Amino acid sequence: MTNALKPLDALADPTRRTIFERVAKRPQSVGELAQGLPVSRPAVSQHLRTLKEAQLVTDQAQGTRRIYRIDPRGIGIMRAWLDDHWAEALRAFQKFTDQEDL
Amino acid sequence: MTIAPIRRTIEVAVPPERAFTLFATRMHDWWPMGHSISDDPRVGIEMESQVGGWWGQIGERGTRTQWGKVLAWEPPGRLLLAWQINAEWCYDPDLVTELELTFTPVGSNTLVVLEHRNLDRFGASAEKIAEQLRNGWPGVVQHYADFAAGRIECAQPCSSA
Repeated sequence: MTNALKPLDALADPTRRTIFERVAKRPQSVGELAQGLPVSRPAVSQHLRTLKEAQLVTDQAQGTRRIYRIDPRGIGIMRAWLDDHWAEALRAFQKFTDQEDL
Repeated sequence: MTIAPIRRTIEVAVPPERAFTLFATRMHDWWPMGHSISDDPRVGIEMESQVGGWWGQIGERGTRTQWGKVLAWEPPGRLLLAWQINAEWCYDPDLVTELELTFTPVGSNTLVVLEHRNLDRFGASAEKIAEQLRNGWPGVVQHYADFAAGRIECAQPCSSA
């Protein structure tokens, strides 16, 4: 479940969760997100990178700024997990039937 | 949003009758370890051999965590299951994604084809989460975090109502 838990792990950090909630309310830039948060702008950028890697947010250039929004492909994580899972399940099943046949 | 079905194929060295039986009735003996949607360590997997039959895992502490149900029980050729674990990793009775297994003879062996489809239906719960977040309901995120930290388990249906 490693891949599937990646977004969950990413949200386990309270600051990151706050940033994610803010992005969820409306798309905004790092500068806007950093306002009113007790962390530096580079720290906010770092948190956004983690959220992006977990496919929870996505960014888009708008002039000189990058606007962050919720990643609608988050569901892809679940598909990826299931794909791996079924492949592994079938391999395990094949191995089991081999044993049974002996 | 359309998400392509997952399709996986494998050949096993037993005839279809045996393959079907081992797949459906001995699942707890071969299901890969380490995959669990509950924090109660899995000690068994149950699948009732009839249409509408319960399918899920049994935990060490006796919890029964449903994964889905049997939609078609047609030995030796076909097994159709409902996989009802949503994007929040909880059993959701309103969500039905189909998991179809076909068992086709290849000489004395069996070709097992697995197809997991209707994956776009996960989108409804994903969409719902996004909407709740937009409306400023932070409970969902807390729920994610609690789940990640192992503070909750999903033995009960936990639709985000």
